[in-house]
Amino acid sequence: MALRVGVDVGGTNTDAVLMDDQRVVASVKVPTTQDVTTGIAAALGRVAGRNTVGRVGAVMIGTTHFTNAVVEARNLNPTAVVRIGAPATTAVPPLIDWPPRLIEEIGDRTFVVHGGYEYDARPISPLDESEIRTVAKAIRDAGVMAVAVTGVFSPLKDDQEKWVASLLEKEIPGIRVSISSELGRLGLLERENATVMNASLANLADDIVRGLRLAVGVAGLTAPVWMTQNDGTLMSGDTARRFPAATFASGPTNSIRGAALLANVTDCIVIDIGGTTTDIGVLHNGFPREASGVVEVGGVRTNFRMPDIVSIGIGGGSIVRTDPELTVGPHSVGYRLEQRARVFGGDTLTATDLAVAAGMAEIGDPALVADLDRGFVEDSLALIEKKIAEAVDSVKTRRGAVDATLVGGGSVIVGGGIEGISRLVRPNHHDVANAVGASIAQVGGEVDRVVSLEDMSRESAVESARAEARQRCLEAGGLPDTVRIVEVEEIPLTYLPSNAMRVRVKVVGDLGLET
Amino acid sequence: MRTIDHGQVRALGLGAALLGSGGGGDPYLGELMARRALADSGPIVVVEPEEVVDDALVVMTGMMGAPTVLVERPPGVLGQLQALRALSGHLGEEATHVTCVEIGGMNSTLPLIAAARTGLPLVDADGMGRAFPELQMVVPTLHGISAGPMAIADDKGNTVIVDADDNRQIEEEARSVCIGMGASAFIALYPMTGAQVKQSMIPGTLSMAQAAGEALLAAKASGVDPIEAVLGQVGGRHVFAGKVVSVSRKTEAGFAKGEFIIEGSGGYFGSEMAIAFQNENLVARHDGRVVVSVPDLISVVDEETGRPITTEEIRYGYRVAVLGIPCDQRWLSPAGLELVGPRYFGYETEYEPIDNGSRRER
Repeated sequence: MALRVGVDVGGTNTDAVLMDDQRVVASVKVPTTQDVTTGIAAALGRVAGRNTVGRVGAVMIGTTHFTNAVVEARNLNPTAVVRIGAPATTAVPPLIDWPPRLIEEIGDRTFVVHGGYEYDARPISPLDESEIRTVAKAIRDAGVMAVAVTGVFSPLKDDQEKWVASLLEKEIPGIRVSISSELGRLGLLERENATVMNASLANLADDIVRGLRLAVGVAGLTAPVWMTQNDGTLMSGDTARRFPAATFASGPTNSIRGAALLANVTDCIVIDIGGTTTDIGVLHNGFPREASGVVEVGGVRTNFRMPDIVSIGIGGGSIVRTDPELTVGPHSVGYRLEQRARVFGGDTLTATDLAVAAGMAEIGDPALVADLDRGFVEDSLALIEKKIAEAVDSVKTRRGAVDATLVGGGSVIVGGGIEGISRLVRPNHHDVANAVGASIAQVGGEVDRVVSLEDMSRESAVESARAEARQRCLEAGGLPDTVRIVEVEEIPLTYLPSNAMRVRVKVVGDLGLET
Repeated sequence: MRTIDHGQVRALGLGAALLGSGGGGDPYLGELMARRALADSGPIVVVEPEEVVDDALVVMTGMMGAPTVLVERPPGVLGQLQALRALSGHLGEEATHVTCVEIGGMNSTLPLIAAARTGLPLVDADGMGRAFPELQMVVPTLHGISAGPMAIADDKGNTVIVDADDNRQIEEEARSVCIGMGASAFIALYPMTGAQVKQSMIPGTLSMAQAAGEALLAAKASGVDPIEAVLGQVGGRHVFAGKVVSVSRKTEAGFAKGEFIIEGSGGYFGSEMAIAFQNENLVARHDGRVVVSVPDLISVVDEETGRPITTEEIRYGYRVAVLGIPCDQRWLSPAGLELVGPRYFGYETEYEPIDNGSRRER
């Protein structure tokens, strides 16, 4: 059986694991480097040694590069925005309410053209080819090579978006077009924002994918490179170049799925404690539960399908203060734990120092925290547990205690039980759960469409969507025996005539590997 | 007389969300549009009802339709004045002022756009003192003032004039025109004289919403308890606090109906509150006993920040405070309670006044 390598490129560390089926063979943590390749190549070189390198069948990479680019407003390419919907929608033009620094980065070139649909699929106004040619000329003259196209009600009917995209591609050879019906759901501004972000990452996506492939090559691996998406499935490097925004929340997703594998569970709460924050999510049926509404990325409202994560400012590096009252976090020493924490001879009291003083962890020199008052240590740790318990409670969907899995390098700060949790497990390799999660990402197939129930039954509509989703998963490389349905959603569109229904089917399967 | 500029729209939207008592549509979109219109036009003029001359022509402006459609198909700029113009054309007389149908939710900020684009003064008042789902649910109806003639416009240049003897009939006719126009449309209605405004509108509600929003924003900045700060502006009291432990929903006859249950914490430990909603929160029961009911306002806010939470958003785990805010006393007549009391919405309970002692004088 072929081996797999999972990689998590974080802000501070790059983690890599070598997996034999579901077993961790080797793991490594190295500092993340400024360039894409060096850190990853180093990590790959250390987990896949001379004897194993030839047996690696796939490299799965999760990265925060694209999220960070948007959050930090850098490395984004100039992007034009075309909305199809005039004369409707003009009261809220594209990029309304975007932070100025992001608009500055991508340029303020927006166009609202005629077209789009009403809720019942009647056209708002006819598409005007000459109008779109004029827009194309303006984009071409400005030298902009990326465009986001969003049509009103395109999640119900996407033909206009596709037609406009192909016209722009014809008029401006080489332009990169992102269309909204492939990226988001109903909610025009949020879907448009997501599409613009995706388009603005086109150049960076080329660079990153090239860099990742290079790193894999440098490490002597010949296996294909995959990237992990928000929903815990994989996309090829070429697909990632088209949908970089689909990686925005792959970090939390990988950590939740990695925790599931390491603890051997399919339903639980996952608590991931890092240096600065604790991220809490819900594992349901082997996948993270998705957020239902608006998710902000870099100060911009979007409606990406992302895991529902509650983040609180508590981690291993959280600073403990007693004045004016006892607090732990949200300030943290972050990646400088080994310089600033008391157990390493520093002068800052951190959550990790408390854990060492209480005998819950062996890190640094315990003698350096021996002076801490026992009662104080207990009170401080109780405060940490109380805050985590409150956050856990807010992600539950019903009353009663639940099982939880604890992962992450900062997880030493939790010792005993947490209120509201019946069973708390910290599995082996919990500190590389993220990379483990990347390595077990599967391939997916999804169908999301509106069907009319005038000429077919509800059952046959769902059945044909299932068959098509399965086919897409197989085409993406899924092993036939492993393909299973993870989600079937039927949304009756009560306000549409002709008894319409929206069907969304998601299937996943294990990636077939060649050795 | 005073002015409002685009920088003050945020506070107004926030206060309007609170007075929306869980409904009234997402104020975000209304806020965006109003901010933009006022940034273009400069400050708009706001007048008290007392400042309006008796023979003025005052018109309510806003939108009606399905909130879910509106978020996918926001309106065009062109439609924003169409309904008002069509109504003036039909009446053969230009409006002299605009005002608000409701102060809760999105329709509180939309009249600012009409004022910005026409230069007309905005009257600091509304017809409900909160949000309600239907057009006849305004105090002017109790005074025999007709919603018609009413103009409905889309953003493609289409307008329809609706009129009838009865305001509920006008609501029904307008609803079907609105669906034909794409389930979201601009409206201009309740043409009134200045004298009728003074007689029937609830005065000062725009200022109240703005003050409530400003109190929330200021409390956030200065570390004051936001809930106390808000209650100081709108009257009423804190009736419960705790954690949402269940939410049930169903869609029935175009309404998002349901109920959520809050388990008490702090001083309310060991008891629970059930809140029934239809778009808006309508009846709150503390351990089975009705403590707040429509037309009084039931506003559910984040326990820590005071941020208003809509009935669409509410879910398990939210830590909330429940505020009971007295409605305007004009609703408390038998005719008022027949129009908007608990029985109209299908609840077999009598109206239970929240606390007459704290009812705000207006």
